[in-house]
Amino acid sequence: MNEKLMNRRKWNKTIFLFIIIVITYLSADITNFSFIHGITAFPEAMGWIFSNLFITQESLEKLPTILEKLNETIFMSIAATTTAAVFSLFLGIMGSKATKVNSFLSVLSRFIASTARNIPVVAWALILLLSFGQNSITGYLALFVGTVGFLTRAFIEAIDESSQSAVEALTATGATYAHIVNKAVIPESLPQIISWILFMIETNIRSATLVGILTGTGIGYIFDLYYKTLDYNAVALVTFSIVISVIIIELISNYIRKVIL
Amino acid sequence: MTLLALEGLAKTYDSETNVLEDINFQVEAGEFVSIIGPSGAGKSTLLRCINRMVDINEGIVHFENTNIGLLKKKELRKLRTNIGMIFQHYNLVPRLPVIENVLHGRFGYKTMMQGLLSQFTEKEKRQAFFLLEKLGIAEHAYKRCDQLSGGQQQRVGIARALIQDPKLVLCDEPIASLDPNASQVIMDHLKSITSELNITCLVNLHQVEVAQKYSDRIIGLNEGKIIFDGPNHLVTKDRINHIYGTESKKLITV
Repeated sequence: MNEKLMNRRKWNKTIFLFIIIVITYLSADITNFSFIHGITAFPEAMGWIFSNLFITQESLEKLPTILEKLNETIFMSIAATTTAAVFSLFLGIMGSKATKVNSFLSVLSRFIASTARNIPVVAWALILLLSFGQNSITGYLALFVGTVGFLTRAFIEAIDESSQSAVEALTATGATYAHIVNKAVIPESLPQIISWILFMIETNIRSATLVGILTGTGIGYIFDLYYKTLDYNAVALVTFSIVISVIIIELISNYIRKVIL
Repeated sequence: MTLLALEGLAKTYDSETNVLEDINFQVEAGEFVSIIGPSGAGKSTLLRCINRMVDINEGIVHFENTNIGLLKKKELRKLRTNIGMIFQHYNLVPRLPVIENVLHGRFGYKTMMQGLLSQFTEKEKRQAFFLLEKLGIAEHAYKRCDQLSGGQQQRVGIARALIQDPKLVLCDEPIASLDPNASQVIMDHLKSITSELNITCLVNLHQVEVAQKYSDRIIGLNEGKIIFDGPNHLVTKDRINHIYGTESKKLITV
């Protein structure tokens, strides 16, 4: 009996694997994607990258301009994240089961969060581009909206997870809503909230590059500029500086996380 | 003097099954009353109806001659300052220091601004330390609550309830997650609340022997109905069987 069950499980696995292979093959076939071509083209592509995308003495002269734009991008991401965090904290408190004021506001805040989250930041940038034009406000707003969506969701979960029991206890002592939120809910979920904000700053620096290409601001703009003028050495330098700055930000936020948790 | 009187209390969450049905009893000031019964009997709901953490469907709850079912938001806050509550999982704010958790018990007396700025009077702070001293955890006053053991955390919970200056303390399974030693410490403290401070205690318990040892009076609850109410020497083996239904044999031999 047990052996039969084990055998059936084994068969299930084999069939499942087979189905995956069929699906992969079909989707490659439908989209005209050839594995063989992909693999044979790979060395050539790598060769191109190594022969064109390297940093030269000449491109290093552009470093000050690049760093200036990079700064702009980083600070825009931080500004978008922190201002969005204030909004999200409010929405998160309204949306959480533990601290909601009424069901209407709870559903509303969850709805705002999911709309903002489920439309990609790039799509937001394109939509906002129509009404705000090509400037840094557009980029800022696109990041802001995407961040509100994500952070609200994360904050709702952080608050739900950490504070339900303390909320109950403080309600039973006769504390007001403001007391409960400020003295129990926020202190208890603060480390998680900060951790999510740091994560969002990292993510936003990456997204800001992409958004910048569309809105013509920051490091994205300069990347696009060099790319279109075929100055691949400068493109390499821009990419390199983005990678370095993201790594540095990540190290800093990891350190902060370790200290606060 | 009658402190608490329940008349025909009924509670239902989904309007089909009654969690509580026709609950009637009175509690005198200074009594130590245990409520025993199997899981799901409605013990927790019963306690939460008394300070209206859950709304009452039917019947009346009188606390010091006020009908708590009719209270508005502000009056309800005032009522709750008179009723302390102790929980199975302590329900502290784990990341905050012990002393802050104790002072949380004073929020009921504060205006919004006073509370937000943590303006506690010298007297309140001294009282907080006095209570911690009395409960034997004064040396942990500045430690974070999550560094304390379960028994110590429950003592913080007791201090938070006592600093409210309550007339009644509701304890929802206060020792259900503690080991026997810690349980005894907690029950001794609860007992001394009634005997020394003349505060009424209403305690939900799983352990029949503990209830018999500490209480003046035991209320047996099963499927939302009171099936026993009397002084603890009247709790016989037959009656316990009756309260716990078919589970009883296992419970007693363990």
